[in-house]
Amino acid sequence: MTDLSAPKSALSIREFATLRRGRKKSDWTDWLTYLYLFLGLVVMFTPVLWVAISSFKTPANLTEFPPTILPYAAQTVTVEGYDEPLPLFEVVGEDGETRQLAQLRRVGIQAQMIDPANPEERIVVPVGDATPVRQLYFATENYTNLLTSSGGQIWRYLFNSLFITAVATAITLVMNSMAAFALSKYRFRGSGIALVSILATLMIPATVVLVPTYMIVAQLGLVGNLWGVILPTVATPTGVFLLRQYMLTIPDELIEAARMDHASEWRIFWRIILPLSSPALAVVAIFSILSRWNDFLLPLVVLTRRESYTLQLALASFQTEYGVRYEILLAMTTLTALPLAFAFIFLQRYITSGIASTGIK
Amino acid sequence: MSARVQLASIAGVILSLPARLVEPAMSGIQRGLGIKRMPWVFLLPNLVAVVLFALLPVFINVFYSMSGSDRLFPWDRPFVGGANYQSLLDCTNYLDPSTCSRDLFWRALGNTLVFVPVQVICMIAIALLTAICLNRDIVGRGFFRGIFFFPVMLSPVVVALTWQWILQRNGALNGLISAAGLTPVNWLVFPNTAFFWSVFVTVWAHMGFYTIILLAGLQAIPRDVYEAAKMDSATPWRVFTRITLPLLKPVMLVVFILAVIRSVQTFDELYVLTGGGPGSATMLMVQYIYEVGFASQPRNFGLASAASLFLGLALLIFTGIQMRISRGGNND
Repeated sequence: MTDLSAPKSALSIREFATLRRGRKKSDWTDWLTYLYLFLGLVVMFTPVLWVAISSFKTPANLTEFPPTILPYAAQTVTVEGYDEPLPLFEVVGEDGETRQLAQLRRVGIQAQMIDPANPEERIVVPVGDATPVRQLYFATENYTNLLTSSGGQIWRYLFNSLFITAVATAITLVMNSMAAFALSKYRFRGSGIALVSILATLMIPATVVLVPTYMIVAQLGLVGNLWGVILPTVATPTGVFLLRQYMLTIPDELIEAARMDHASEWRIFWRIILPLSSPALAVVAIFSILSRWNDFLLPLVVLTRRESYTLQLALASFQTEYGVRYEILLAMTTLTALPLAFAFIFLQRYITSGIASTGIK
Repeated sequence: MSARVQLASIAGVILSLPARLVEPAMSGIQRGLGIKRMPWVFLLPNLVAVVLFALLPVFINVFYSMSGSDRLFPWDRPFVGGANYQSLLDCTNYLDPSTCSRDLFWRALGNTLVFVPVQVICMIAIALLTAICLNRDIVGRGFFRGIFFFPVMLSPVVVALTWQWILQRNGALNGLISAAGLTPVNWLVFPNTAFFWSVFVTVWAHMGFYTIILLAGLQAIPRDVYEAAKMDSATPWRVFTRITLPLLKPVMLVVFILAVIRSVQTFDELYVLTGGGPGSATMLMVQYIYEVGFASQPRNFGLASAASLFLGLALLIFTGIQMRISRGGNND
């Protein structure tokens, strides 16, 4: 597919912005299309952006209504003779002049304030006359608190998620490609039955077999163990199907030539077929990484111990445990989404074309 | 250097490490069994996993649905016949869930029966519209394609928390609404608005996937068909109904079946977004299975299995009907 968005050489900005293929004139359907797509841009993207921005707000800023777009925090000032930094307020004086004062304490509707330039004199100001001075402030401590809080448990969750994703994907790739190799490059009795029984599992929704799957995992002694979520997910029928279709296009002469040279069957598979299948392997890998990283129901059922939680489980349990601590929750939401957002930027082309090619048989 | 080559070489390096151990072992196996049996050696790991975690569970599930008690292992469970099914179906009036002994099951079933068609139809309509827009000669097509696909990458928990943050009492949406001079609404507290947002959020999260598939389908339609229509000065609407839709039908069928199967299995987003609430207004079947079988004490595996078999059976019937209809349509 040609990339339409690529700028052609030596175009002015105006020409580029109105660049069109073929026809010269824009008609109303084009405008409607752009209107729809920009509306889509707003609806699809701003929610995520909003969470990312909000994760940099201080708890006080988060509870504000109506919410501010950018993160703000009350400005503080260190005054001689006081250990703690004091919050700064803008005060309208009796003469109508505004001054910036630091608040010492608040008593009822009166506040004791001092002028940072002249710390000796105390001024009593009605609270209504004072507005806090605010500045743009990115509360990065939300993230540092998250990373260090409760003994750095988040690193454990991150490790669990990464371990499950990496190991399950590696096993999936090896196992599926072995099966695909057998089903595409050999003629043997029972191959049809094997293929059908693998593909038949496509029709079985994971939730329908949730209880027996849990039972088998429990019988293997893997409840609360990361392997308990890895093993049930490794044999994906789509992976076998995709790889088999791809391997069918690799010429058999290659295999025969290797057999002439006394290569073992495994060597043929590992050294010849697997490297040649790398485009299909990449697609299967992306699918597997996506679904393992985002998996929720099976880990929720199997990973009962807190130490075995994945990021997704920890995030979901955060919501109930620290329901009020939105700053931590939002920081963790952003952190959980971040790896995939980066992966997406680099792999967008593969992912979208890969899905397009697997959706239609 | 292309990204594809890079990916392949990185994968190659990682995969070659255990290969050094496997290769001598596999050569030994080949010498022992002979080349004829090698395909079974290649198939074995995958077949074991498929049988153990996909085919066998279907049969065990049938037994579970016919056995009682809260014991996990089948040999500890007494056979109770159709008692679980009876308990699910025990209603004095089938149109009123509150008269059933398992009223939550009927509410979840009712919710699913409304949720699935509404969600699937909305999603496919929007995905189709988006795919058609993205199929036009527009600037920045790749960028827009990426934007619409982006939420598919996000984990359901992130999606749910994102929207919860926007929809909460002091959230961004209410901020916009009050800026427009209207009164803020507690979106997730009222059954109707909560249901609306449960549909909206799941459509938001998954439509990109179907957009990409439909886009691929649209691009497979030959351009000269459209050129010919242009010669006959057909209206855009006529082109859409007489050319695009009929030629897109096979792809639409795939998308439709995939969307229904996924929609029936919706769990994660709503579990985190609404928790099935308010009350049981957004509780769907999968959450019911989870609540009955895993979240509540004592765990009722028999009832959960019976409910999940209902779900599987309904899906099977639906897919069968869909296939039949599409085949019938093609014969006309």
